[in-house]
Amino acid sequence: MKILVCISKAPDTTSKIAFSQGNTVFDENGVQYIVNPYDEWYALVRALEIKETIGGEVTIITVGSANDDAIMRKALAIGADAAVRVDADPKDAYFTASQIADFAKTEGFDLIFTGKETINFNGSQVGGMIAELLDLPFVSLASKLDLKGETIQLEREIAGGVELIEVNIPVVVSCAKGMAEQRIPNMRGIMAARTKPLKVISPTAVEELTSYVSFVTPAAKSTVKIIDASNMDELVRLLHQEAKVI
Amino acid sequence: MVLVYISSNNGIAKSVVETITYARKLSNDVVVITTGAASQDDLAQLGKYGASSVKVDRAIVGGDSQQLSRLISSLALSLSADTVLFSHDVIGKAVAPRVSVQLKAGLVSGAIALPEENGSIKVNVFSGKAMGFVHVKSALKIISLLPNSIPAELNGSNCPVEEINGDAGAALIKVISVKRPEGDIPLPEAELVVSAGRGMKGPENWGMIENLASALGAATACSRPVADIGWRPHHEHVGQTGVAIRPNLYIAIGISGAIQHLAGVNGSKVIVVVNTDSEAPFFKAADYGVIGDAFDVIPKLTEAVKKFKSSNN
Repeated sequence: MKILVCISKAPDTTSKIAFSQGNTVFDENGVQYIVNPYDEWYALVRALEIKETIGGEVTIITVGSANDDAIMRKALAIGADAAVRVDADPKDAYFTASQIADFAKTEGFDLIFTGKETINFNGSQVGGMIAELLDLPFVSLASKLDLKGETIQLEREIAGGVELIEVNIPVVVSCAKGMAEQRIPNMRGIMAARTKPLKVISPTAVEELTSYVSFVTPAAKSTVKIIDASNMDELVRLLHQEAKVI
Repeated sequence: MVLVYISSNNGIAKSVVETITYARKLSNDVVVITTGAASQDDLAQLGKYGASSVKVDRAIVGGDSQQLSRLISSLALSLSADTVLFSHDVIGKAVAPRVSVQLKAGLVSGAIALPEENGSIKVNVFSGKAMGFVHVKSALKIISLLPNSIPAELNGSNCPVEEINGDAGAALIKVISVKRPEGDIPLPEAELVVSAGRGMKGPENWGMIENLASALGAATACSRPVADIGWRPHHEHVGQTGVAIRPNLYIAIGISGAIQHLAGVNGSKVIVVVNTDSEAPFFKAADYGVIGDAFDVIPKLTEAVKKFKSSNN
């Protein structure tokens, strides 16, 4: 089974979110980047489990600069076999998906995994775009995946429930909670990752379709109003009359 | 004109009428395309929210993104739409990116407001810790609207409904079965949510959470540790790696308010925190706080809600 896992960097959850240059650019000052949790915990680990069960090869790919080699080494330490970095600034989802699809189209992957979204841009766009660019079926927000030969069975979130579906490979899957459990790389994995191949390829020319004009941070909440624990009638009154939510 | 895709398999959800309301604010010419089982009558009612007409393709039954995107893209072209609108729900997330590629049109996913004067559209970024303004470079725009971002508005009367055959080809994804979780209100749709964490000490104590939720007409949710140790089902887990929700009211009981949890709920309009620890970080994100023991506070709050509901009816 040949599996491609798409990896994105994301700021560590505890990072301070601030913007510079007139609120047009994310301020990376002091920001620690990690592998986007959905890509790492669910997409990558499920891919490794499949490889461990039936054999195969897990390749990871990202679109980014040399600064992102650190997160790629982390993903290799967790167990991926080979890494590819498209050496470009991931301008928007369409640009990123086009680069990944361009690499994947001649490689014959059976499964292409993404996380359900990144925790920085929350767009949930790249997986569906890769599927369209490669003319493959796309299973979004999958929480379970079982292989049955050339067929895979998946559970995916739908409005108000979970759907059990079947599809033949090759297929693109976006992975959500439930697919797998987080793995901590061990020392052997970290040592092995140093010598695993990390290939850097040039981007193809693609015009992005969207851009961010500017950013704002939400206005700080006014101080919390503390209500006496013995006076719940007052809380209900405030929720009705002041907050107008009940 | 604006082409809106809605799913009508489970009746007309709140997010559907919000999406049509949004479309009507962009244009007077709103064509709705839908698939699924909703009756002609139900679909005609969409006119009240601003739809000029509704087209329904009954041949597509599931949420196959290849079929749906072909149907929507070909309609967008034949109608010369300048905007294609989705709800940013599970179907929108799967279909809108494909339509974006097919039409080479920029996608704004998770819009939370109408376009600004400069045409850019506000979305949540960094899991709700900031907002960004997205500029679309193409003439045709694809937008998916985050549920509960704008209130639905009545604006018109019943509209014509046309049965069509969009010739969208076969589905490569076969649906075997659908499981619906227990509980009446799906969490992402809920306007009121009662959520509890490890402070509840054990799954046997969830009765009082359910009582409060039922008195309010709210959905129940939980924190990650509670889902991970199996006290509550995973679909109730809200937070960065679970479900992200933005209800009108979020009541957090016995949840400390770790940053990963806040990332999933910070879009809530009003947050109430009940915690024994006055230093719990969640109080910093709360509008109202109660410092006290849930086992004492929650039954009292439930009684107060019941009293309010009965005097208000």
